[in-house]
Amino acid sequence: MTSGFLAMGGYAGYVWPCIGFSLATLAWNLWSAQRASRAALERARRSIAMADA
Amino acid sequence: MTIGLSQALGLVLRRELLLSLRRPDQLLQPLVFFLIVTTLFPLSLSPELSLLRDMAPGVLWVAALLAALLSLDGLFKADADDGTLEQLVLSGIPLGLIVMAKTLAHWLLSGAALVVISPLVGMALGIPVSAFGTMMLSLALGTLTLSWLGAIGAALTVGLKRGSMLLSLIVLPLAMPLLIFGASATDRAMGGESPAGALYLLGALCVLTTTLAPLAAGAALRITLE
Amino acid sequence: MWTWFYRLASPPSVYALSGRLAPWLLAAAACLIAFGLVDGLAFAPPDYQQGDAFRIVYVHAPSAWLSTFAYMLMAVAGAIALIWRIKIGHAVAAAAAPIGASFTLCTLLSGSLWGKPMWGTFWAWDPRLTSELILLFLYFGVMSLRQAFEDPARGDRAAALLAIVGVVNIPIIKFSVTWWNSLHQGATVARFGKPTMVASMLVPLLVMFAGFMLFFVGVLCVRLRAEVLNRERLATWVREAVAT
Repeated sequence: MTSGFLAMGGYAGYVWPCIGFSLATLAWNLWSAQRASRAALERARRSIAMADA
Repeated sequence: MTIGLSQALGLVLRRELLLSLRRPDQLLQPLVFFLIVTTLFPLSLSPELSLLRDMAPGVLWVAALLAALLSLDGLFKADADDGTLEQLVLSGIPLGLIVMAKTLAHWLLSGAALVVISPLVGMALGIPVSAFGTMMLSLALGTLTLSWLGAIGAALTVGLKRGSMLLSLIVLPLAMPLLIFGASATDRAMGGESPAGALYLLGALCVLTTTLAPLAAGAALRITLE
Repeated sequence: MWTWFYRLASPPSVYALSGRLAPWLLAAAACLIAFGLVDGLAFAPPDYQQGDAFRIVYVHAPSAWLSTFAYMLMAVAGAIALIWRIKIGHAVAAAAAPIGASFTLCTLLSGSLWGKPMWGTFWAWDPRLTSELILLFLYFGVMSLRQAFEDPARGDRAAALLAIVGVVNIPIIKFSVTWWNSLHQGATVARFGKPTMVASMLVPLLVMFAGFMLFFVGVLCVRLRAEVLNRERLATWVREAVAT
């Protein structure tokens, strides 16, 4: 039954990459948002440090 | 002494036209560009008129779009650079009116000019003379709409370094509907069918942009000039 | 009467609130998406016409919905910021743009992969995918415009105006592309429509929509915090908020 599932009735070459793209999009969004968050924190801390100095 | 709105429009329009007419070389540039781009297609595809004829509406329209776009960059730039634009804004004339006058002047000198030489290009691409009327009408409406859309883009990008690339990036997707309707009208006229549907849609787009674009472009100028 | 709203929409409270909400939203999204994928891929029956290929809808449709929703949100947020000068709107718009653009790209990719077995070609200029492509161009325009200004406040306002102009154009674009496509239907392939859905196919789809939506709001919260920080860096509340 699992082999049928993976084969997707012959359309495996289309279905699985689609799932892949979507999961990649979700992953990219998480990573990119985290990165932006971290960068913003860094910049904010640096601004405060410079303002205090 | 306050002047009426239509008087103000007339004054700014007259100024624009006079300034441009004093630089005849700049007037010719969009026209020459139009011709050059049109020539690129037979060179890259085939000199066969039968083949070109099928593609003619599209080629014509793309060339017109690009030619009009290139001259849009200068819509506000020269006046913004030397401070004239600020003076115009300070003079109390509504921004929307200034936009209208400048855009109309731009259209008269580029878009309308394109319409006038379009039969020449049409012949070169194999468009039958019977379709010329539709072709010119669709180009007239389309280039006017494009001038309005371009005014919004030009207002948003005035003063930006490399604003012209960004201008094209902004304006072209917005111009796709008018390209569809305009090319289709010419296409149908060539095929002997009635282009009325496409022309009405194009007309509707033109009316919509004529009413809304001056507002949007005026608001954009307010944002970018401040 | 509106003071509660203005307080809620103030940068420090938005910063705090989105920080608290994000993990829950993302966790819920993960559960829903996992459930939806398993149910849709393994348990939903295959379509009568398209066989197992229709299962692509479980990721394609939510993605397409998000791509349009994000643009609308961006335009509305920008409009609120421009008209009522509620600054947080700019932050929301800036946060939503890259998320929406990524889902537009995903929609295009999954759409063309779906097209290959159905139409025989990866790209057939069908009206929905073509509109989606133009939407991607609109996203790039707004994002590029925002970046092009040295003064970020000016960039925000310009991008907001462009997004509003874009949103007015979207129905026009959709209409013109559909019109264009219908003219040339003759030689091209039959359009594959949405498969008629029975409950067992529909449930995982709804679950996926809900999961994607929650995911979007969750990621938006994370990005929103970054955008708020970038715009409010010098404000006093930021000192406490970012102190480690």
